[in-house]
Amino acid sequence: MSAIATPTTPITRRAAGTKHKKRPRTASEWIVLTLSIVGALLVIAPMLLLLINAFKSPSEYANSNPLELPHALSFDGIRAFWSGHNFPRALWNSIFISGMVAILGVILSVLNSFAIGIGRVKGRTWLVLVFLMANLVPQEMLFDPLFKLYDKLGLLSNSWSVIITFTVIQSAFGTYLLSSLLGTFPKEILEAAAVDGASRFRSLRSVIVPILRPTLSVLMVFFFIWTWNEFLLPLAFLNTSDSLTVPLVLQQLNGERQTDTTTLIAGTLISIIPTIIFFLFFQRTLTRGITAGAVK
Amino acid sequence: MSSLTRIVRPQKRPAEAARIPERGKSKLGYWLYFIPGAILISVVIFYPIVRNLRLSLYHWRGGRAAEHFTGFDNWFALFHDSAFLQSFTNIALVVVAMVIVPTLVGLVIAAALFDVVGRRFGGKISSLLRATYYLPQILPIAVAGVMFSWILKPNGDGVLNQILSGIAGHAVTVNWLGGQYSTAIASAMVLMIWIQIGYPVVIFMAALQRVEPELYEASELDGANWFQRFRAITLPQIRPEVFVVSLTTTIAALKVFAPIFILTMGGPSKSTYVPSFYAYEEFIKGPDKGYAATIASAITIVVFLVAVIFIKVQTRSERKDA
Repeated sequence: MSAIATPTTPITRRAAGTKHKKRPRTASEWIVLTLSIVGALLVIAPMLLLLINAFKSPSEYANSNPLELPHALSFDGIRAFWSGHNFPRALWNSIFISGMVAILGVILSVLNSFAIGIGRVKGRTWLVLVFLMANLVPQEMLFDPLFKLYDKLGLLSNSWSVIITFTVIQSAFGTYLLSSLLGTFPKEILEAAAVDGASRFRSLRSVIVPILRPTLSVLMVFFFIWTWNEFLLPLAFLNTSDSLTVPLVLQQLNGERQTDTTTLIAGTLISIIPTIIFFLFFQRTLTRGITAGAVK
Repeated sequence: MSSLTRIVRPQKRPAEAARIPERGKSKLGYWLYFIPGAILISVVIFYPIVRNLRLSLYHWRGGRAAEHFTGFDNWFALFHDSAFLQSFTNIALVVVAMVIVPTLVGLVIAAALFDVVGRRFGGKISSLLRATYYLPQILPIAVAGVMFSWILKPNGDGVLNQILSGIAGHAVTVNWLGGQYSTAIASAMVLMIWIQIGYPVVIFMAALQRVEPELYEASELDGANWFQRFRAITLPQIRPEVFVVSLTTTIAALKVFAPIFILTMGGPSKSTYVPSFYAYEEFIKGPDKGYAATIASAITIVVFLVAVIFIKVQTRSERKDA
């Protein structure tokens, strides 16, 4: 971004500053606030609807308006989904897959970007673009060849098919982000490490990675959540009921014709809960990460 | 500056700054660190790309059937395939839903939250609202899709129909997802807007933090109203972010799959097909995997072209600024 000249003198700044605090809130400001709140309520309205209806018994659901609160709490739907659809297994699959991708993806990103950002190898601009292709290529391009490959390797319906694939796809973004960060890494630190006799790998492990830790944890959070939300390739690679992830279990339930609506609603609510918990835990990391990722 | 442009034009540094004193070690050693990445990306990304590009020149029923070389027949067929042309026309609507509406509305929401709510009512309220707008972004799209298909069920079973019936005073029985093309695609667009809206809001709000508050205060003293400030200061200042948001969402729009898969399965009668879904269907059920590979290759080419054009335009406009 081009540098901006700030045409303000200290005098106007002070004047504006004091003026701002004393001015009472105007009617139009209240209107803007109200509209922002109404908009936010619209955004969470579908989830509120879920919450209201997930605890109704099938008969109460059939006889009530979706906007009515339940008269008595019924856990039938939740119980039916939890045990009938092997939800704990799906939850574990999702956690294992997303967790492994988060860790392996960050390790791979660090290795790639070390060579590009610190090593400054020849043709590094092109290398970043080559790695970035992994993020650009549509997944249906990968789907058929990888399906056959994993079939041959006996990895179909095995978490590792998805882990390997998404480690590569996510590390594309990590490589891209970390390369530009490491490109401006303070050389004095590396020189000091080299003078102390540290090898390249040693400087990477004991100097660079600890300094990068905040960024790496942001990347990990993102890799985790992106992988958790993936749909197409897991749908293609994971075909046994033991191997499904949370979104796949829910989608399968949605496709079954005889499903009780209350089971479906309860299932949707339960599938959202891990994400919401994760969101509350990492809210700050997430907002930091989105911006770090998009724009520097 | 956006990191995309940093990649295209890496920052220039004096040659000696890049050197780290290392006794007798050459840069060659750094290539070792690419080995895992290079192997994995070759297997997971490049092998499928090459394989599909090659397969697009063949007719192949799949399995053990023989592959028949047909040259560019599949590619010519693509341009006469009404399902494919429809799927690409639908992409225009997906771009409206995933790029244009979220960027414009996101700009307004971000400006309102930052400029008015944050400044006049406190940062806590504005970050709470920001988090609420962002929430749909982190829900699994499949889960969001199931939620919407529950709300949009046809006839009296649908939540939306029941709510509308309550308001209208008579029974509303719209078949939102299956009745006709216009309501089906509109429903999918609403879902996409709902998912996307929080992304520009968060990015633009962060961008606004970077703008010197003095700029606003000075213009306020000069008597500029909110809209004038928005046009003269906010928009030009956050242009790099607007660019990044449009680039990333356009690419996401070209690749969109899950909302269509969950909500409409391409129906009614193939009218809500998008290219990704079409390629998937052809790979699974189609008689010719070569044709499926052609569709997938076509999408890939378009995605790469769009990315290159965007980056070129951006580089040029920044050079003009400089």
